Amino acid sequence: MKPEQIASIAHLARLAMDEAEIPRYQESLTSILSFVGDLERAQTEDVAPMAHPLPGLVQRLRADVATETDAHELYQANAPQVAASLYLVPKVIE
Amino acid sequence: MKLYTQSLAQLAAGLKAREFSSVELTRMLLARIEAHQPQLNALISVTGTAAMQAAAVADGLLARGGAGALMGIPMVHKDIFCTEGVRTTCASRMLDNFVAPYDATVVAKLKAEGMIMLGKANMDEFAMGSSNETSYFGPVRNPWNPQLVPGGSSGGSAAVVAARLAPLATATDTGGSIRQPAALCGITGLKPTYGRVSRYGMIAFASSLDQGGTLTASAEDAALVLRAMAGFDPRDSTSVDKPVPDYVAGLEQPLAGLKIGLLKEFFEKGLDPANERCVRAALAVYEKLGAKLIEVSLPNLGLSVPAYYVVAPAECSSNLARFDGVRFGHRAKDPKDLMDLYKRSRGEGFGAEVKRRIMTGTYVLSAGYYDAFYIKAQKVRRLIANEFDQAFRQVDVVMGPTTPTVAFALGSKTSDPITMYLNDIYTIGANLAGLPAMSIPCGLVQNLPVGLQIIGRHFAEERLLSAAHAYQRETDWHTRVPPGYE
Repeated sequence: MKPEQIASIAHLARLAMDEAEIPRYQESLTSILSFVGDLERAQTEDVAPMAHPLPGLVQRLRADVATETDAHELYQANAPQVAASLYLVPKVIE
Repeated sequence: MKLYTQSLAQLAAGLKAREFSSVELTRMLLARIEAHQPQLNALISVTGTAAMQAAAVADGLLARGGAGALMGIPMVHKDIFCTEGVRTTCASRMLDNFVAPYDATVVAKLKAEGMIMLGKANMDEFAMGSSNETSYFGPVRNPWNPQLVPGGSSGGSAAVVAARLAPLATATDTGGSIRQPAALCGITGLKPTYGRVSRYGMIAFASSLDQGGTLTASAEDAALVLRAMAGFDPRDSTSVDKPVPDYVAGLEQPLAGLKIGLLKEFFEKGLDPANERCVRAALAVYEKLGAKLIEVSLPNLGLSVPAYYVVAPAECSSNLARFDGVRFGHRAKDPKDLMDLYKRSRGEGFGAEVKRRIMTGTYVLSAGYYDAFYIKAQKVRRLIANEFDQAFRQVDVVMGPTTPTVAFALGSKTSDPITMYLNDIYTIGANLAGLPAMSIPCGLVQNLPVGLQIIGRHFAEERLLSAAHAYQRETDWHTRVPPGYE
């Protein structure tokens, strides 16, 4: 892993990172990726990827009807900045 | 017998017979927490006032009779479960000030049973860790020796139960986070089958692996709690719609003829010889009770840790994308634009291990690496699950060690993530395959606990609990209390 790659992953993951922090992540991500590189050893031809641990179980869908009542005041009590029931963020459109 | 060392069934009987009240019991345990918290750092929040009020209500219901099996008994929730009106931090700066607007299903169910929440247990940040050292609120210490880790990620929950500050703590297990701390703290940990216990309101780490469960002194206690905690929840789309058996009634299933698989790979290099001796002695007890030991092999089990450290970070990077500094959680000061708001809020709010996993996950899911890492890991996951399937055609349960060693020193494994990850080498397989698994105490090495792991078929919690219970009727390891907490 090169420092530029670490900076690029941090950007994709939306994580602010100081220059000074990069070597630490460079070292640990390099060792993690080399460790998981062991997976190459496994014979996986004709093996289907497994996303869910229970055989035959499909994700349930529910009927398309409203079940939640409006509780925005309760939920927005945890928001860092709110005005007129809206979440505030820095200006996006000039 | 002191109240704080009594089993849940004994406490329930005492409360029903009005030998003591829930208020007395709650006050006594809150005093124990106050006395031992400075040493252990096992809790992030203590909710004493609410607990005393709830205990008074429980006493009223108990006096009228007809109360359920857990009415008026105090407990602690891992701080990963949302608790309405109570701070829920997931041991992260990101959620330092988050007050959950609703109860997790697990919390609601135990509340409905009349259990009294004493507080919220410390843990590894977002449940990512095997030593409880990644908590924003500082490490938890092992009650058996304060220089050692309690294990993780449910280290606070395990320390609470081991130190007898509460007879039950809830916990979660993504790669061993219930079983490993149970082993290192000398208590009983149960990770149910994936989908058996609702994940609603349980802050998500890796959604195809996460499962809520229990930390208690004994299997009998675990059975009582699982009966109340398990069951279908329409609010969790992976919750399984299957009736909940009476785990307590199932405890006395006979052991004779039980076929126990000894996983060859569990006894190979890396296992401390002293731990191995304790595990083998436990297996001899099972043989004496009429079980049959059969060696089984899972050739790809050695790849479970690498497969896990692709799948879990991938899911974590996706799940933790919700923390954006906008709707809840930490927000950076004076952001210059929206991107700066996202990046700095997340950069400041998450600790180093969480960031490391988010970045690993982001990398393995990115274009060009997705097939080589993520799809490959999912294929290996299936290989391992298939091998467990094969093994369960020959045997009823699989047994082996929970951890390679006893508890290790604080700070001894924090510099190298791989050394820390390898701690979960025996536990991760059950998560990849979604199987129920337990850890029960089976000995002491230099006065530190050793855990025996029992893994079963999907939804075979009854079988696991009865096997654990049979062993606990023959031995007293689960009754050992760390020195200074007797």
